[in-house]
Amino acid sequence: MSSKQKKKTPEQQKYDILQKKHETKRPVLKNCLRAFLVGGIICTIGQAITYFYIYFFNFTEQTAGNPTVATMVFLAMLLTGFGVYDHIGQYGGAGSAVPVTGFSNAVVSAAIEHRTEGLVLGVGGNIFKLAGSVIVFGVFAAFVVALIKTILINWGVL
Amino acid sequence: MLPMFFWAFVVGGIICVIGQLLFDVGKLTPGHTLSLMVVIGAVLDGFGLYEPLIDFAGAGATIPITSFGNSLVHGALNEAERHGIVGVLTGMFEVTSSGISAAIIFGFLGALVFKPKG
Amino acid sequence: MLMGKQSWVFQNKPVIAATGVTGGPFEANGKLAADFDILHDDLWIDEDSYEKAHRVLIEEACETVLKKANLQEEDIHFFIAGDLINQITPTSFSARTNQIPYFGIFGACSTSMEGLALASFMIDHGGAKNIITGSGSHNAAAERQFRYPTEYGGQKPPTAQWTVTGAGFALVKENDGTDENCPVTVSATIGKVVDMGLTDPFNMGGAMAPAATDTILAHFKDLNVDASYYDLIVTGDLGEIGRNTSYELLTNAGVKMDKEKYQDCGLLIYKEDQPVNSGASGSGCSAAVLYGHLLNQMKKGKYKRILVVATGALLSPMSFQQGESIPCIAHAVSIEMP
Repeated sequence: MSSKQKKKTPEQQKYDILQKKHETKRPVLKNCLRAFLVGGIICTIGQAITYFYIYFFNFTEQTAGNPTVATMVFLAMLLTGFGVYDHIGQYGGAGSAVPVTGFSNAVVSAAIEHRTEGLVLGVGGNIFKLAGSVIVFGVFAAFVVALIKTILINWGVL
Repeated sequence: MLPMFFWAFVVGGIICVIGQLLFDVGKLTPGHTLSLMVVIGAVLDGFGLYEPLIDFAGAGATIPITSFGNSLVHGALNEAERHGIVGVLTGMFEVTSSGISAAIIFGFLGALVFKPKG
Repeated sequence: MLMGKQSWVFQNKPVIAATGVTGGPFEANGKLAADFDILHDDLWIDEDSYEKAHRVLIEEACETVLKKANLQEEDIHFFIAGDLINQITPTSFSARTNQIPYFGIFGACSTSMEGLALASFMIDHGGAKNIITGSGSHNAAAERQFRYPTEYGGQKPPTAQWTVTGAGFALVKENDGTDENCPVTVSATIGKVVDMGLTDPFNMGGAMAPAATDTILAHFKDLNVDASYYDLIVTGDLGEIGRNTSYELLTNAGVKMDKEKYQDCGLLIYKEDQPVNSGASGSGCSAAVLYGHLLNQMKKGKYKRILVVATGALLSPMSFQQGESIPCIAHAVSIEMP
């Protein structure tokens, strides 16, 4: 993105320096500590849910991932719908955005928001407004990685 | 069981801190950050590094969005073993369907039930 | 009449005869709640979308103006207004309701003063006898258009601002001596677009400060006055960062002015404990604060001459995605008590 930005004139550069003096700096350390806390807690809850599925529902360590993720997605939907997740997000930053609950929040919040434009064009058309990039890049990256690895295996390199 | 909770907390927390640094220092948008992390997860699984992380930290590695990239590569490679290169395409969504399907279903239900609070 | 390079002087001193100010729940909890005519306790205002509620805020403000002036829509010659939403639909739909011949304008958050300048010019030159002008904004409608769905857990940085849910409208009419204790518009300076290359859409204040400075300096030059002529110079929504930055820019340019005299509507409207980061913003911010609080203060005798400098950031979500920086503009109108 920065390559698309025009080069700044000397006057603009001078203003940049002046403006940065007054620009409130992001509290990076505080944000990181909060992200660590919130992210850690969400993952710990995920771990508890995983064990719940293993011990009460006969899932194994390998297969418990699916219901765990679905449960976390459901919980995030409730928190989003009740207007709580945006406050968690303001506090926890990446701690709430990076876990799969953040993905769910991105999908659910877009769906809820665009209900006013109808179910088909509004909800259906906008539901992946925020999360679409994650799916697109995840799928494409995985395609490239898996393709390369498969070719290398077939050639006997790996 | 208890050590797993601890490592889930720590590793999950660390992955989130990396995300936060991308937000605050890298000045990336959430869209850019999460897309980058998914790609990182995919690449790590390509090198066979993500599964050991899951064995070690459990939900600390399966809950962050990086595991989505890992699952996609995993599903693709599993199918590729059986069906060759075509399997790369067919296998990808087998493993991650629960996350995306759940998000779509619950997202749609949420839109029917909830109104935004502003 | 043209004065200098980019300013007008209104020799017939058009009168701001009546105002109407509406707001939402955040504004009801703010510092200036007493200066609002109508306050709502939720963002939907019994409508089924935020954009429709946005329209209601504008309609109610206009109805209040007419009621206070004891006039009907048929008595008003023109309606000059705009907002932040795509194609300014809330304002246009309110024009559909009030059926007043309509100039839809867009200056982002500088729309209020763009409208007041144009209205004053038309009245001053006999182009109309009664004009209603103003602007409104709606927090949730602006958020979902410019940033993220309102329930999304995105983290706003401390430089971000909070869009006002509110509208401020005024009746500007020819000065025939019948309006007692009403402020008059004296001059206006039309801003030009200033872009210092800033790109962060979460730091509007920093982007807009140079535009405010540019217009204020142009105003002083064209009108041959300095800061001492005014009791108050108030910007629209520069917020904390924009205010401090533009104050330094003005001081460096030789303007001598106490910081107390240099205020910002975005910093006046909310309380310290409301979570608004750097302050309020939105096209309704300057309109609601001016047409409510500031004019009330003028009528009580606190200020005799004020200069209102509304500032706007002329970006769109798409321009940002295309790597463009944020061009800004500021329009100034001077208002005095006769």
